[in-house]
Amino acid sequence: MTISTVDDDISATIAPLKDMPGALLPMLHALQDKFGHVPTDAVPVLAKTLNLSRAEVHGTITFYHHFRQHPAGRHVVHVCRAEACQAVGADALVAHAKRSLGCDFHETTRDRAITLEPAYCLGQCAIGPAMLIDDDIHAKVTPARFDSLVKGLRAGVK
Amino acid sequence: MTVTLYVSRDSAALALGAERVVTALIAEAAQRGAQIRVVRNGTRGMLWLEPLVEVATGSDRLAYGPVMPEDVPGLFDAGFLAGGRHALSLGPTEQIDYFKRQERLTFARIGLTDPLSVEDYQAHEGFAGLTAALAMKPAEIVETVVASGLRGRGGAAFPTGIKWRTVAGAEAGQKYIVCNADEGDSGTFSDRMVMEGDPLMLIEGMTIAGLAVGATQGYIYCRSEYPHAVQSLQLAIRLAETAGYLGKNILGSRRSFHLEVRKGAGSYVCGEETALLESLEGRRGIVRAKPPLPAIHGLFNQPTVINNVITFASVPFILAHGAQAYQDYGMGRSRGTLPFQLAGNIKQGGLVEKAFGVSLRELLYDYGGGTLSGRPIRAVQVGGPLGTYLPESKFDAPLGYEEFAKAGGTVGHGGIVVFDDTVDMAKQARYAMEFCVVESCGKCTPCRIGSTRGVEVIDRIVAGEKRDTNLTLLRDLCDVMVGGSLCAMGGMTPNPVLSALDHFAEDFAKEPVR
Repeated sequence: MTISTVDDDISATIAPLKDMPGALLPMLHALQDKFGHVPTDAVPVLAKTLNLSRAEVHGTITFYHHFRQHPAGRHVVHVCRAEACQAVGADALVAHAKRSLGCDFHETTRDRAITLEPAYCLGQCAIGPAMLIDDDIHAKVTPARFDSLVKGLRAGVK
Repeated sequence: MTVTLYVSRDSAALALGAERVVTALIAEAAQRGAQIRVVRNGTRGMLWLEPLVEVATGSDRLAYGPVMPEDVPGLFDAGFLAGGRHALSLGPTEQIDYFKRQERLTFARIGLTDPLSVEDYQAHEGFAGLTAALAMKPAEIVETVVASGLRGRGGAAFPTGIKWRTVAGAEAGQKYIVCNADEGDSGTFSDRMVMEGDPLMLIEGMTIAGLAVGATQGYIYCRSEYPHAVQSLQLAIRLAETAGYLGKNILGSRRSFHLEVRKGAGSYVCGEETALLESLEGRRGIVRAKPPLPAIHGLFNQPTVINNVITFASVPFILAHGAQAYQDYGMGRSRGTLPFQLAGNIKQGGLVEKAFGVSLRELLYDYGGGTLSGRPIRAVQVGGPLGTYLPESKFDAPLGYEEFAKAGGTVGHGGIVVFDDTVDMAKQARYAMEFCVVESCGKCTPCRIGSTRGVEVIDRIVAGEKRDTNLTLLRDLCDVMVGGSLCAMGGMTPNPVLSALDHFAEDFAKEPVR
């Protein structure tokens, strides 16, 4: 029964977008916003709705860094590793983040609290290093600031 | 009497704690019984001063910054609501040297107004360009843009008016206006500042483009890394529609233009215009071969104007003041102004809008104040991750498209990333190749596979393995990438690599670390 419920949710999520020209990306965004990732079960539904092959849908999902095929942790932390942030210590921040979270990029901490992702520019290039926690942006992030933000996330404050 | 305060809603200000400052200001005012009104403006672009608090006093706005929540009681004690002196006093905002010496045509309103107020927009010349355009024939709009000398601000610098003329001349049932807001270049944030700080200006520019070429539908393709920009664009579109400046029958003219925001999904190559169109159509962002040009066969195979945010944002000024007023700024074939963005290891980072012709040295030292670390500047990357690294000997070249290219640089989107003398240029060269590995769309082999081989070859050079042979191999590989890639991703990745080699060869010749 659970499966058909998820299928219904998938159909309901994409239904309002089906008449949009070039609807696949908006649909994938809607699905990821709702489920936290694009469920595997959505692929045949999307293919049928948009008259595409499953391969085309799968290919599109995997092309874009933003779309994930598996659930993330409760929070997604993007650390910028582009040049402007590198110039002010992004590499050290990235190393610190991986060490203190005990996970690499594209991985989730053991307690499922945080998924760590790289970002290639968050547009805060004059005040780096920058990072994005879900949709909240932070600049001039030092390793100490990183730790306190992460502590806050785990304690449930943003 | 209610005192008006301005605290930016730009994501740079938010990233530095502006929200907490506003909360503190409101709480402190309530506690002291002071009447205040806080307007959330765009940012003035002096990002090292954010969060900046401005107080409206008579004719001037007085600036205080950077303000932390814990500074708020002290500001009240100092009587800042009446312009009282405080350690964070900066004087009248527009008299700050960094700001005063700019030539703000496109960014004239940003930081001054509430980005989500149509009234504020109108009170500061907003929609003057659109109103002028509605009184003109479509061909006159196009010719005005041609005469202004405006060139594509995304980096390719193609004459905007010529592109519009091509689309205007194409026969089709449906034409499109597409805004490339996939600002992925590190060191650039001017598009973001427009979208967050003056979104109505972008909407106005795109609407004018629609009138000029006969397009009734537009899309803004904004990167997913910019959630604040997406939100402010969506709100602004609704505001413009409600006020009659967008949608059906614009200002009773019986002409229509509809606009929609589409979110990218974290792909750098989608900033390449044909990959962007593929993505908008709902596919992988794979680059298309050109020709056919998007102006003839663009979005959904229809004639399409595709321009960068700053290009569209430059248009309202041109229509409101005439082509000549814009053309009067600049040098050579680079007319008008460019919002330069000072980024990386820089003391006074932010946005500087200047006429073309300013030198790097002036931007780096007179505006930027040198490095943040206080150490000497060793290398500067201009024009994003595909731009060249330049040593100090090139800092006097004037920033005009042709003039700067002659010095071996690329103006691109105007991003300037500063590195001090602790930078390892072999590492930067390696990163350029690594970035290409991550972001290549995969269509062209030299880009898709060459970048991986590039990382490996640089690793061998750094490790001291057959250095001379591998250096030759790296140059050969770069040559293949330049000649064998369809777009700038593979074709320009060699820029940072080769410039690092040419100007900073010593970093590739160090004793290997064992």
